[in-house]
Amino acid sequence: MILPVLDPKLALPFPKAALPVLRNAQLRKNVAHATDVITGKRARLVAEKHDWQALREAASAVRTHVLENLGPYLEQFEERCTAAGGVVHWAADAAEAREIVLAILREEQASEVIKIKTMTSAEIQLNPFLAQHGVEAHETDLAEIILQLGHDEPSHIVVPALHVNRSQVREIFARTMGLPDLSDDPQALTAAARNYLRKMFLTVPTAISGANFLIAETGGVAVVESEGNGRMCLTLPRTMVTLAGIEKVIPRYRDLEIMLQVLARSATGERMNPYTSLWTGVTSGDGPQRFHVVLLDNGRSDILGHERERQTLKCIRCAACMNACPVYRQTGGHAYGSVYPGPIGAILTPQLMKMEYAQSLPFASSLCGACYEVCPVKINIPEVLINLRAKVTDQEREEERRFFDPLYLGLRMASKVFANAGRFRAAQRMMRIGMKAFTGKDGWIRSLPGYGARWTMTRDLRGAPEQTFREWWAGRASGKVKA
Amino acid sequence: MRASLFITCYNDTLFPETGRAVVTLLERLGVAVEFRPAQTCCGQMHANTGFRGEAFSLAKKFVRLYADAEAVIIPSSSCAAMIRDQYPALMEELGNEELRGEFSALLPRLYELSEFVVDVLGVEDVGAYFPHRVTYHASCHGLRALALGDRPFRLLKNVEGLELAPLENLDRCCGFGGTFSVKNAEVSSAMMTAKLQDVQATGAEFCTALDNSCLMHLGGAMHREFAAMRTVHLAQILASTREHPAEVM
Repeated sequence: MILPVLDPKLALPFPKAALPVLRNAQLRKNVAHATDVITGKRARLVAEKHDWQALREAASAVRTHVLENLGPYLEQFEERCTAAGGVVHWAADAAEAREIVLAILREEQASEVIKIKTMTSAEIQLNPFLAQHGVEAHETDLAEIILQLGHDEPSHIVVPALHVNRSQVREIFARTMGLPDLSDDPQALTAAARNYLRKMFLTVPTAISGANFLIAETGGVAVVESEGNGRMCLTLPRTMVTLAGIEKVIPRYRDLEIMLQVLARSATGERMNPYTSLWTGVTSGDGPQRFHVVLLDNGRSDILGHERERQTLKCIRCAACMNACPVYRQTGGHAYGSVYPGPIGAILTPQLMKMEYAQSLPFASSLCGACYEVCPVKINIPEVLINLRAKVTDQEREEERRFFDPLYLGLRMASKVFANAGRFRAAQRMMRIGMKAFTGKDGWIRSLPGYGARWTMTRDLRGAPEQTFREWWAGRASGKVKA
Repeated sequence: MRASLFITCYNDTLFPETGRAVVTLLERLGVAVEFRPAQTCCGQMHANTGFRGEAFSLAKKFVRLYADAEAVIIPSSSCAAMIRDQYPALMEELGNEELRGEFSALLPRLYELSEFVVDVLGVEDVGAYFPHRVTYHASCHGLRALALGDRPFRLLKNVEGLELAPLENLDRCCGFGGTFSVKNAEVSSAMMTAKLQDVQATGAEFCTALDNSCLMHLGGAMHREFAAMRTVHLAQILASTREHPAEVM
């Protein structure tokens, strides 16, 4: 088994990273089945909602408004959260966030920490860092446990172990929990996870969570989940550290009315997710008595500064885009080389990396638009993909090694050719002559050399016709050809 | 009614029979068709591959060329979508007010072929004859960007002799995606294989669409596999009559 790499600095470019997945029949079957189930449920629940488009519009408006006023809302959140007994930290980048978390854990003298619902921690590669510094992190989300015990990586942002099926889960649990007789019955598997987790919930006094929403008005935090493990993690420990991207803030408590409706339906195809935890600072005698929030920038301010790409940060991490994506359907999440896969990952990851890594991701899309159609906050992902492609091309086209890159060469030549119809006619004639050499007696091309082989590896190509349309038209106009 | 045909660069070069069919069809419906030989390409390939500057020039050229056209017909849903969806942002970025004005004035007179026939001419029965079992592939740009809806089905249902075979997963991309088909050739092929399974399960003799680019991709694979199915642009079906059956390669 090839271990997936979810660090954009180390990951292979998408087309190469996709290859082992395309050969993995089991994984592709798992991904297709799981996404079919979720998209089916989502479609049914969206259809029953007659004001769905209005809800989307409202959710989009809330998120757009936040991004246009992010500074004031974050300051308001900090003020209210602090007033309620929380401690707010600001982290400019991944390294700073890791140090802040470690310092808090040291203060708590923690050698272990339990974690729930935090992709942001994977974004900043927190677990390996904590391990280096002697703190063992235990995931408590069922899917994350499967991955942690199986030494695997998440492939989806809502269903992180979507690529693993029941019998594979049984194998991992049986092996790592010492339960050779475990069956693959879902109840038996959850019972095994419950036994494994219960001990941790009761003994580890320090926890790290993510956040679905930060509420500026109250200084509160909202986490939604399906299992209740999050609720355990959020209520039992003495100390809680919440790690959240700065874009997670919403203005008012009542905005949850909109956001929770679109999130649950889009994410899991449920009217309401089973567990919604909301807390504000510290409450004496109830829940964690020490509460920290780490607000993570890590490239987000940069994205905010680009007007046309800013909409990327509207994302509420529902994963509807990847469930609907025909590319994700074939490759699953690992090929994206990032904790954020699928269409949203293809626009978010390279931008978080300040366009210095993950440049292949904006091209990992057929621009079919299925993502935009389902996005509950109306992020025009195809538009952002195209904008990012322009940025990548602008970077690359000046590189010397790209000069003879067939795609770059071809597109540069094509632009000269298309600039003038006379040149275009000449190029059409040359192309016809050029293609003839590869065309079989039946008028079809079975194999092309060089870059053309990228086409003919799976597809024939019809040879160039004897006459272009414009030649036919010219002949018809001059009366030489029958209409 | 006069209409100017924007044939598109790849139809012009590789699929002239589609262009001839559009002319036949429109003339049969009483439209005076003109063709402006200065046309080349809408710039979609450049825009979608990140060559924005090049796309700007082609967009400019397109708008100038058709500024005075009564109607522009585009027998390619992705090129029509490029112009309708991406030109506005390109125009805004160019910041040329005059050009922007020309484009806004032109935009309502731009039609994908099925839009023109159904909405402008108000015709659903074009008097075609095509005695075959056919399935329709909804190209993504036609389906989502142009929201063509049931227009192509309304046209197909009225074709004499044609038996329409419904396609499963109609809204799923075939995997072509322009330069995606070569930049990510393996993933594109995996998507194509999935689409072909659905297409072949219809038992149709022909797979049709409003975009020859998807059909080049699917048809290329059908030919490679000796599949009992071929591809044909919808215009060719609509142009087909008992006297002059469709030219199908």
